[in-house]
Amino acid sequence: MLEAILLTVITAATPLVIASLGELVTERSGVLNLGVEGMMIMGAVIAFAATQATGSPYLGVVAGIVAGAVFSLLFGFLTLTLVANQVATGLALTILGLGLSGQIGESFVGQPGIKLQPIAIPLLSDIPFVGSLLFRQDLIFYLSIALVVGIHWFLFRSRTGLKMRAIGDNHASAHALGINVIRTRYLAVMFGGACAGLAGAQLSLVYTPQWVENMTGGRGWIALALVVFASWRPIRVLAGGYLFGAVTIGQLHAQALGIGIPSQFLSALPYAATIVVLIIISHNRRTTLINTPASLGKPFVPER
Amino acid sequence: MTLSEGSAGIPLLSVRKLTKHFGSFAACAGIDLDIGPGEIHALLGENGAGKSTLVKMLFGILDPTEGEIVWNGQPVTIRSPSEARRLGIGMVFQHFSLFEALTVAENIALSLDPKISLAKISDEAARLSKSYGLPLDPKAHVADLSVGERQRIEIVRALLQNPKLIILDEPTSVLTPQEADKLFDTLFQLKAEGRSVLYISHRLEEVQRICDRATVLRHGKVTGTCDPKLETPASLARMMVGSDVAGVDRDDDATLGDIQIEVSDLAVGARTPFAVSLKDVNLKVRAGEVLAVAGVAGNGQGELFDALSGEYPVSNNEAIRIRGKGVGRVGINGRRLLGAGFVPEERHGHAAVSGMPLSDNLLLARSQSDRRSFLAAGSLAVIRHAAVNTATQRICRNMDVRKSGEDPVAGSLSGGNLQKFIVGRELDRQPSVLVVNQPTWGVDAGAASRIRQALVDLARAGSAVVVISQDLDEIFEVATNIAVISEGRLSASYPAGQLSRERIGLLMGGIHDSTQAEASHAN
Repeated sequence: MLEAILLTVITAATPLVIASLGELVTERSGVLNLGVEGMMIMGAVIAFAATQATGSPYLGVVAGIVAGAVFSLLFGFLTLTLVANQVATGLALTILGLGLSGQIGESFVGQPGIKLQPIAIPLLSDIPFVGSLLFRQDLIFYLSIALVVGIHWFLFRSRTGLKMRAIGDNHASAHALGINVIRTRYLAVMFGGACAGLAGAQLSLVYTPQWVENMTGGRGWIALALVVFASWRPIRVLAGGYLFGAVTIGQLHAQALGIGIPSQFLSALPYAATIVVLIIISHNRRTTLINTPASLGKPFVPER
Repeated sequence: MTLSEGSAGIPLLSVRKLTKHFGSFAACAGIDLDIGPGEIHALLGENGAGKSTLVKMLFGILDPTEGEIVWNGQPVTIRSPSEARRLGIGMVFQHFSLFEALTVAENIALSLDPKISLAKISDEAARLSKSYGLPLDPKAHVADLSVGERQRIEIVRALLQNPKLIILDEPTSVLTPQEADKLFDTLFQLKAEGRSVLYISHRLEEVQRICDRATVLRHGKVTGTCDPKLETPASLARMMVGSDVAGVDRDDDATLGDIQIEVSDLAVGARTPFAVSLKDVNLKVRAGEVLAVAGVAGNGQGELFDALSGEYPVSNNEAIRIRGKGVGRVGINGRRLLGAGFVPEERHGHAAVSGMPLSDNLLLARSQSDRRSFLAAGSLAVIRHAAVNTATQRICRNMDVRKSGEDPVAGSLSGGNLQKFIVGRELDRQPSVLVVNQPTWGVDAGAASRIRQALVDLARAGSAVVVISQDLDEIFEVATNIAVISEGRLSASYPAGQLSRERIGLLMGGIHDSTQAEASHAN
């Protein structure tokens, strides 16, 4: 029973963690992309379509990643090259993605999908309990863990990550130091899109291997909230993602057991938790200064 | 003049007919400049004279419209700061280009070869900063550091790149005289190593003391090249502004009136772990008096200003009294209504909203204290634009604010002109108490002299003025009495004539006990 519940928590948390990590990188570079939901659903539908066409869910995963990245390029072009308002553009991207994916996926509705199969890691998967929980998972779960470690290392250990944080903190100074602000932001936006696409692919290939319109069901927004919840730190995204995932699953089990908590209350919990965390971190000016990208959402036009 | 243009006679850097147009406006028009190896070369000029534009072209931030830059005899095009650094040009910016969220070492690493590890940079920075007398903790976050400490990072960062030419923009404005002396030793050390320095400053005494040659700019053109040691401050100033800069005119034996602002036993805890807490602050300022509060950046000046202005009210209502009324718990507008005026530091974003026109900035500051002049009666409080505009133009006229157009946005004014406006905005009310923090930080000589004169005139007209400043020249020019703030404690106040710079330097270092004893003797 416990193992089954924990497995569902992991499956529910993985897309949140991945999409949130992508957005974290985007925001660390100073760009606020509210289009996570839209990029995620595009990833979901394209991943499903590619899997149906080729029969290989792995090609589906790749297609989902590419779809998210390409779709985010639209956001990048509008906000970075044309310097459009990031909030408005992000919202438009979400609306566009939801509509477009419905259009593309119309013929897939009701079709059975192909599930991405778990990969058992030799030896480790034989460990009782932990083995079947953590080492008999699908590729996307392993990727999510690798991304947490990789992004943490990238941001806080590598020089390129340092440059990215510098841009997010003060793009004018970064430009004055000769760092290419626009190019770095393009890459960060595309990375965010690729992650959102991968998260979407997880939904249509692992979580519920089929295509349902609007199947992201607000997970993109939770991922956005999660970035703030985690105060822009990857390890905390992992913890927060699992917390939010557990809340989602808890909600289902509470209903099944007939516990009288309104489901609306439980689905509002991640956002309520984010507000509480915002209040807590805003009290500590130092944490805020050191972790919040100060130029977040601000347009940058190089002086020449 | 030690014309150290190298044995071959080739200057390290030559600039020929360098021009930069912004639209139809020529920020730099045909500038010629030569800097020899091992020379400390001053670049003088008022704000808006084109110094920043020139320096930005040398450092690859701006592309010249016309003209030529010759480096070591070779014509070069400097397209980016990294190219400038590769040539061997280092830069210490006036507005620090630091990243608050990053550590000192990370900030330095950003402008260095990415192959060098962070640990090595930390070690190197610690070593360099020690040997040049600029102590720095490489692991500290910049957000936690004072303005003065931040400048050290900029200097150490430039030095780490082993430059042949180092450009310093107003480097001593945040340093104590002792710290400035150390910096000059650093510069002489660099000169002895054969490196060149381009030194931008408004402080003519400094330029005379350390520079071998000076190039003076006015309105984007070179108005003279000279050996500053052979000039007088007055003759240099004349080249800068085109006319004589008036020294501050004051009478020293004016009689003082009643106490206008009084602070007794003020204690304020640190608001953040990195702020300074104020301890036992006492001061009294009488009508007709200018009290100058000297001190090195980050010793509680900001906190003192916040407490005096009511930006952060204090818990003990009687700790601060303005014209006899306890105002500790009263906010800014309540204090303004009692006849006080306040000018905070940071022109952009604190004293003024850069993106709004001057008239709006005037209204924002005075909508409550001069409600009847600027807002129509009634609950809608409709803005009386005509009255606001008249007042704006009056302030600009009185303070000689030079601007383009009738009512430009605050951000489009040069630093000196905006500062004149925000000081004038308060003076226009004829406040009986005026508290100003760093009134002439980063302001050109002409504007600074205008502002100082205005402060002295206000006191002469019977107001009490508190000037918080790090600039000792300024303090001696305006002050009737001087107190020194150090680590959140304020010394007793001494008549300006009884204090030497050396004594102030000691007080800045926080030698409290002896001074308290001496102060009680003095009284």
